[in-house]
Amino acid sequence: MSLLTNSTIAPSGSSATTRHRRLPSWGRGLLWTLLAVALLTATADLTGLAAITASPTVRAGVQLAIPILLAGLGGLWAERAGVVNIGLEGMMILGTWGAAFAGIHWGPWAAIVGGAVFGALGGLIHAIATVSFGVNHIVSGVALNLLGAGIAKYLSSLVFAPITHNPKQSPPVEQLDTYSAQPLAAWLKGLEEDHPRYVLSDVAGILRGLVSGVSPLTMITVALLVLSYFVLWHTRFGLRLRSCGENPVAAESLGIDVYRQKYLAVVISGGFAGLGGAALVLAPGLNIYLEGQTNGRGYIGLAAMIFGNWRPGGLLGGAALFGYADGLATLTNGTTVLGLFYGVTLLCVAIALVQLYHRRWTAAGVAVASSAVLYLVYLSIDALPSELTSYLPHIVTIVVLAASAQRLRMPAADGLIYRRGQAG
Amino acid sequence: MPGRLPRVLRGKLLPPAMAIVFSALLCTVALLISAGSPGTALAAMVSQVGKGTTAVDILNSATIYYLIGVAVAIGFKMNLFNIGVEGQYRIGAVTGAIVGGATNLPPVLEPLLVILSAVAAGALYAALPAILKVTRGVSEVITTIMLNAVSIGILALLINEKTFGVLVNNNIATKPIPQSGWIPGVSFGSHGTLFGFVVVAIAVGIAYWVMLNRSRFGFELRASGESPTAAMAGGVNAKRMIVVAMLLSGATAGLTALPELLGRDHVYTQLSPQGYGFTGIAVALLGRNNPGGIAFGALLWAFLDQSAVSLDNVGVPKEIVTIMQGAIVLSVVVSYEVIRRFELAAEQRRVGAQLGTATVAAAGGAS
Repeated sequence: MSLLTNSTIAPSGSSATTRHRRLPSWGRGLLWTLLAVALLTATADLTGLAAITASPTVRAGVQLAIPILLAGLGGLWAERAGVVNIGLEGMMILGTWGAAFAGIHWGPWAAIVGGAVFGALGGLIHAIATVSFGVNHIVSGVALNLLGAGIAKYLSSLVFAPITHNPKQSPPVEQLDTYSAQPLAAWLKGLEEDHPRYVLSDVAGILRGLVSGVSPLTMITVALLVLSYFVLWHTRFGLRLRSCGENPVAAESLGIDVYRQKYLAVVISGGFAGLGGAALVLAPGLNIYLEGQTNGRGYIGLAAMIFGNWRPGGLLGGAALFGYADGLATLTNGTTVLGLFYGVTLLCVAIALVQLYHRRWTAAGVAVASSAVLYLVYLSIDALPSELTSYLPHIVTIVVLAASAQRLRMPAADGLIYRRGQAG
Repeated sequence: MPGRLPRVLRGKLLPPAMAIVFSALLCTVALLISAGSPGTALAAMVSQVGKGTTAVDILNSATIYYLIGVAVAIGFKMNLFNIGVEGQYRIGAVTGAIVGGATNLPPVLEPLLVILSAVAAGALYAALPAILKVTRGVSEVITTIMLNAVSIGILALLINEKTFGVLVNNNIATKPIPQSGWIPGVSFGSHGTLFGFVVVAIAVGIAYWVMLNRSRFGFELRASGESPTAAMAGGVNAKRMIVVAMLLSGATAGLTALPELLGRDHVYTQLSPQGYGFTGIAVALLGRNNPGGIAFGALLWAFLDQSAVSLDNVGVPKEIVTIMQGAIVLSVVVSYEVIRRFELAAEQRRVGAQLGTATVAAAGGAS
């Protein structure tokens, strides 16, 4: 009886995507990228704030986006299998310790492995609690965040304190070399700096930030993103894993070992979060374990994944947004950050025009009103208070989720507790 | 019903017992890694309670943990995860401190004003996630976590010489609260001073119990938590419940830092103690959201925090306490879940036996 009703719910999504003649997903990605570049360029030129599209800003943004992207990938794996992973933060903290420990002893490449292994251990604990024992996923995640912070603190005072005489930090880890795509980077440098030209040097600045000073970890992360997409959406294993997140009872009836899939997904998820921790330890200019260095990035990664509608492409967009906001807030001052308000005003006007075209009057009204408010804020103050600029990514998260949350669709059985044989 | 009493007792006593055994095991492993002896470590921690001001310090910390634990529990009771108590209590504290520093009312009225403004600010800071959840469907977990981070920025903005900050002992703080606003403590001489606010904490506990068990709102709260569909069918307005529960939770969180503010510090700075929010979540989980259980959890947590110093004397890093705390929380949530399943299966078997059908058939058909 229950099997019949369940199986009718299972196939969804495929019919929704073919409803209109919609762009393929890569086309939409390209469109959004072009839109973002155009928006930043317009903002930089119209406000005269060159830092918005300068290559250092973009490069910092990429570096700051990497841990968020990795944490988000962790969230993607777990939630596609139906396990909410609010414990990403704790796993990331474990990863920072593991990376620093392995990095000090065996070099930076070992640090990457160490971070992933420690994160995966955290994932294993979360899997045991949520899958085997059926603990509420958020409760277990919160407990894991406490435990992860505690373990890292304890191990750090045990292992690092004798060397550094400071229980809160580790000795430096050897740095990874960074690479630039030559001669492209040099050519872009010429375009950006020699004779600054309207629009052209802005685009060159953004591109140069993307192709110069690239850490191997960045390349690994991008490769892992593509790999995750391929494995989750184009292999049998991925289909099985996602079926556990959509309808575990139906998956079970088809002979899939749901527990095994969920365990694998959550352990992999922890490994990704741990890699994110390793990326923080290996970040250029820091290269140490520092207590509290994750600073909520696990949560931001989770938010990036939600913003990306539980899809890798969207996740990349979310991570880029938060990384860029973080980079801009770190490298520049309140005036430049305020310049972004101008950019968002432009975006709101564009949204309003699109909504008017579709005759959605309320949505257009909201967009017009918010653009007016933002423009007034932009005109009335000179700079965003410096105390608030460093929380730009967090504020962006709230605003973006408030604007997009209702159009998102999470895996149908995400966060629900599943027991083997519960269908009866 | 001869078997009833033991079964009820088993349900109440077995999970904590299991949790203690399990977390003791985990802590032993952690201690053995650092070459410490679990026996001496525990003995050092217990004997620390009698030394100096430790006993009073434990009670003082427990007061704070209890308030924030109740704040978290109000949300948890209806599966609302207010992770944002951290930000709410700090915003509440700084607002209370600013209002207290700016006014000078007679005694009783002045502390009351500080308390009310802190409560209002805490509730207000919880309002945004509540509104976003009911109007836009944004998960309160993410918004509250983000607002926790933003609260640090707001504190920096408010406690600033350009805004409400003044220089006190080389430290920028809010303007001191006049003496009429202080809440006197109970002095135990060389053993320290107990916060007078402990009375408020007890009152909050009683109010929470009455609200849960004796009021219509409490009933609707529990109903929404246990079965949202049943509650909705019974006429409970889910959106209203979310907003009210969130505001209540934020208001209670606003009280958290007041024992220290009104009883000891009288000013609030950016360096004032932080991190109570996550303690509150842990304490609420330990106490299973019950008024009594939270008190026990708060005392246990305070004991671990305050007697940790003694561990350095026996050659164990005191940071092991944070592992113990994490292990205890995880053990408690896991044991309760295991026992609940066990009880459920036992119930099914019992019902099956009473109905006269075979045990196997009952267990299979009941779900």
